[in-house]
Amino acid sequence: MPDKMHVKLNVNGEDHEFLAEPRELLIYALREKLNITGPHVGCETSHCGACTVTLNGKSVKSCTVFVAQANGSEINTVEGLGSPDAMHVLQENFREHHGLQCGFCTPGMITRASKLLEEIPNPTEEEVRFGMAGNICRCTGYQNIVKSILSAAAEMNAAKEAAQ
Amino acid sequence: MIPAAFEYYRPTDMKGVIALLEEHGDDARVMAGGHSLIPMMKLRMAEIPHLIDLQDVAGLGGISIEGGKIRIGAMITQHEMINSAELTKAAPILREAALQIADPQVRYVGTIGGNVANGDPGNDMPGLMQCLDASFILVGPEGERVVKARNFFEAAYMTERGDEEVLTAVTFDVPQGGYAYEKQKRKIGDYATAAAAVQITKDGGPVASASIAMTNLSDTPVWSEGAASALVGTDCGPEALKAAVAAMLGDIDPTEDNRGPVAFKRHAAGIVLTRAIERAWSRA
Repeated sequence: MPDKMHVKLNVNGEDHEFLAEPRELLIYALREKLNITGPHVGCETSHCGACTVTLNGKSVKSCTVFVAQANGSEINTVEGLGSPDAMHVLQENFREHHGLQCGFCTPGMITRASKLLEEIPNPTEEEVRFGMAGNICRCTGYQNIVKSILSAAAEMNAAKEAAQ
Repeated sequence: MIPAAFEYYRPTDMKGVIALLEEHGDDARVMAGGHSLIPMMKLRMAEIPHLIDLQDVAGLGGISIEGGKIRIGAMITQHEMINSAELTKAAPILREAALQIADPQVRYVGTIGGNVANGDPGNDMPGLMQCLDASFILVGPEGERVVKARNFFEAAYMTERGDEEVLTAVTFDVPQGGYAYEKQKRKIGDYATAAAAVQITKDGGPVASASIAMTNLSDTPVWSEGAASALVGTDCGPEALKAAVAAMLGDIDPTEDNRGPVAFKRHAAGIVLTRAIERAWSRA
C-alpha cells in the first residue's frame, strides 16, 4: 500500500491538515475526515451533482477529484454559504419557493447556483436551466428550483442596487 | 468506488513529466482534468500505478491567436474555451462544440488536451480537430513532433501518441466561412449518439470548400472527404445535402450499443449532418 500523503485544504475559510491516501476521493475526505457533510454522495459517477463543491473558484463534482489533486486548494461548500440562523439568500429562496422536497440534492444545487450567480448575476430562465444542468433532482421537476434561483438573483441584485 | 492504489506525482515542468514517463513506461499515465480517467479508475477498468498530475506543469495553458494561427494549450478547459471572447471570435465552432460537452461542472475541469489525447471515440474534440485540420504537438524524450489530427486516431483509445509522449497543445489555422457543431445525445452529460462538425466557405454563390467530420460513429472520428467534396461547387441545396449524407454514410461504421442499433445511428448521423450543413451554410 502506498504511503499516505500530507494534505492541506482550506475549506470555507478554515485550514485543515490530515493524512490521506492519494486515491481517496475529495468527497470522502470532506465528509469522513473533516465531518463536512453538506456535499452528498449521490451517484458517485459524476452525473448527479449532489457532491458539488467550489474548488479554487470552479464548480466541481467532488466524487471525481482525488484528494491529492485538491491538495493546497481552497474549497467552499454549502456550509460556507449560510447557517440555519443566518441563511444565504439562495437558501431563503429555496425555502420560500419550495425548491426542494427530500433535500438530498439541495446542498449541491445551492453550491452550484451560488457560483452560477457569481458568473451570471442576472440570468435568464434558460441560463439558469443550462447552468444547473449538471445537478439532478428526482423530486421537484426543477420548476421550483429554477424559480428559487431566479428569485434569489433578483433579490441579490436589488440589494446590490440599494447599497450603491 | 475505490480505485486501485497509485503513486501520485505533481511535477512542475515537462522535464519532470518525461523523466517519470521514461522511468515507469506503461505503468504511468498523465492526467489533465481527469474526468475521463478518474471514472475509469473508479470502475477499476484502468489501473495506473503511477499517476502524473499535470496541473502544476508550466507551459501547458494559454490560448494564442497570431498571424492566422490558433494555439490552444492542452490544459485549457472547455469552460475557458467557452469564455474566451478572442477564441470565440476567431473560431466560434469551438464554443458551439464545447457547450455541448458533458455538463457545467465537468466543463470547468475537462481539458482540450485530455479530450483529444484520450482517444475515446465518444469525445467531441477529436472530430472537431479533424474538421479544422488541426495539428497536435507531442513532446517526448526525443523532443517535439507534430501529428495531424487526421492521422492521430488509430482505434478506440489507441492513438499515434507514444507511451513516453505528452500532448501539449493543439494548433490550427483560423477557420474561414460558416461553421456548425451539431450533436444528438440522449441527455445532458451523455456522449453523442451522433455528431457532426462542419466548416463551409462560399465563393459568391456556390460552395468553395467544405470540411466534415463525424463523432462516435466509428472507433475513431471520421473525417469524410467524400461528404465535403459532394458539396463543393453546388448551391448546398437538397440534392447536394443528400449526396453529402450518402457519402458520409459510406465512411462511418457505427456499432450497436445502449444508444441504439446501427440503423438508428445511421439515421441519426444523416439528421445531424443535414442540420450541421444547413446551419454552417446559413452562416457562410
